[in-house]
Amino acid sequence: MKRIRVIPVLLIHNRGLVKSVKFKDYKYVGDPINAVRIFNEKEVDELAILDIDASAENRVPDIERIEEIVSEAFMPIAYGGGITTTDQAKKILSAGVEKLILNRSAVKNPVLVSEIAKQFGSQSVVVSIDYKRNLFGRQGVYIENGKTNSGLDPLAFAKLMEEAGAGEIMLNSIERDGSFSGYDLEMIEKISHSINIPTIAVGGAASLSDFKEAVQHGASAVSAGSMFVFQRPHRAVLISYPSQQELETQVYEGL
Amino acid sequence: MITIVNYGVGNLASIKNMLKKAGFESELATETGAIEKASKIILPGIGAFDHCMSEFNKSGLRETVTKKVLEDKTPLLGICVGLQMLMENSEEGVEPGLGWIAGKTIKFKKDKLGDLKIPHMGWTNVHIAKDTALIRNLGEQPRFYFVHSYYVQPDDPSDQMLTAHYGYEFTAAVNRENIFGAQFHPEKSHKYGMKILENFGRL
Repeated sequence: MKRIRVIPVLLIHNRGLVKSVKFKDYKYVGDPINAVRIFNEKEVDELAILDIDASAENRVPDIERIEEIVSEAFMPIAYGGGITTTDQAKKILSAGVEKLILNRSAVKNPVLVSEIAKQFGSQSVVVSIDYKRNLFGRQGVYIENGKTNSGLDPLAFAKLMEEAGAGEIMLNSIERDGSFSGYDLEMIEKISHSINIPTIAVGGAASLSDFKEAVQHGASAVSAGSMFVFQRPHRAVLISYPSQQELETQVYEGL
Repeated sequence: MITIVNYGVGNLASIKNMLKKAGFESELATETGAIEKASKIILPGIGAFDHCMSEFNKSGLRETVTKKVLEDKTPLLGICVGLQMLMENSEEGVEPGLGWIAGKTIKFKKDKLGDLKIPHMGWTNVHIAKDTALIRNLGEQPRFYFVHSYYVQPDDPSDQMLTAHYGYEFTAAVNRENIFGAQFHPEKSHKYGMKILENFGRL
């Protein structure tokens, strides 16, 4: 049986856990440590934790806080937010984190991707490609929580990052963030078929069948935020994660 | 005391955290004195094989760890590249391995993987090839978190303890006398990994 990694993404804002819609409208969801504890009990495959304030505030990663959060985590953890040097990378990895997620740094300083890959291995570098259409309808890579257009094309950038040494691409559709409208399958297919490293689909997941579709279109792993912290239709906070049986029968089966 | 060899490589905090959850205190050893006192030894490793070997060689700990393992028969658990270091050599590099287990480390064969990507990254079920105290009571369908492009191939099939499937069957864990090695990360594998570290603590 082929297992697919199903990864909750947790956003940290003002020390609390939040969830966005289209990278805006942040809603408070709870305490990050408590959330990690719950996800731990639910035996999640992996967790991605993003400090969305760090880059915006030009702040370095809060190592102590990261350490505090991950000491409750007995699954692989990926952390992103404000990473600009290999020294920070080293400290974060020693704190108990497996992977570093780069976004702004990957765009502004691709050498950092190579340096981290060289020192700690490609498996420790994930590049998050946050993308949306610009005013002219062209897909572009955005940084700084989706606010700044980098001028880069998602596919060209993905290839560049693979060359630089990234171990995985987190492909994050800004337009579908928090929308429960399903993944951007077209982009997932386009990117995953053009690179040799895993593509993690992010943005829009609403159901287990969305996961399966993403994988059928080339994603190696799937990720979701709202689906795991909200209960629809009113976005009431409820942390959830599919059971092994649900994953086996509704996602892995037939892949 | 469970002693984690700290030669500057690997996610030591996670191993220590998981051991604590399993009910065991551990210490990170950078000096031979701490290794001497060890009742169990964990050899971590992550990243490039040559980097791990050369850092371990430079650490000044190799001789003491070797004496403890080969002469005193102190139980040792190698994790990830720490397992690969137990073999004679690796296709990934030129540095010789420790050679405590006969065999080599080889790369996943791309032509046998279909559309599966390298590295093998994620959760995979394991199957018991040889029952040992380390893998007792793992529960039903035990699964572990793997991240690797290379895997070990022991010369003696009876050194194989667990196997897993990624495109084809490969060795997921080994055992020879007091020496154990896991390709996966027990420290990041929920209750399954905790059980292994608990079993290790009780050896």
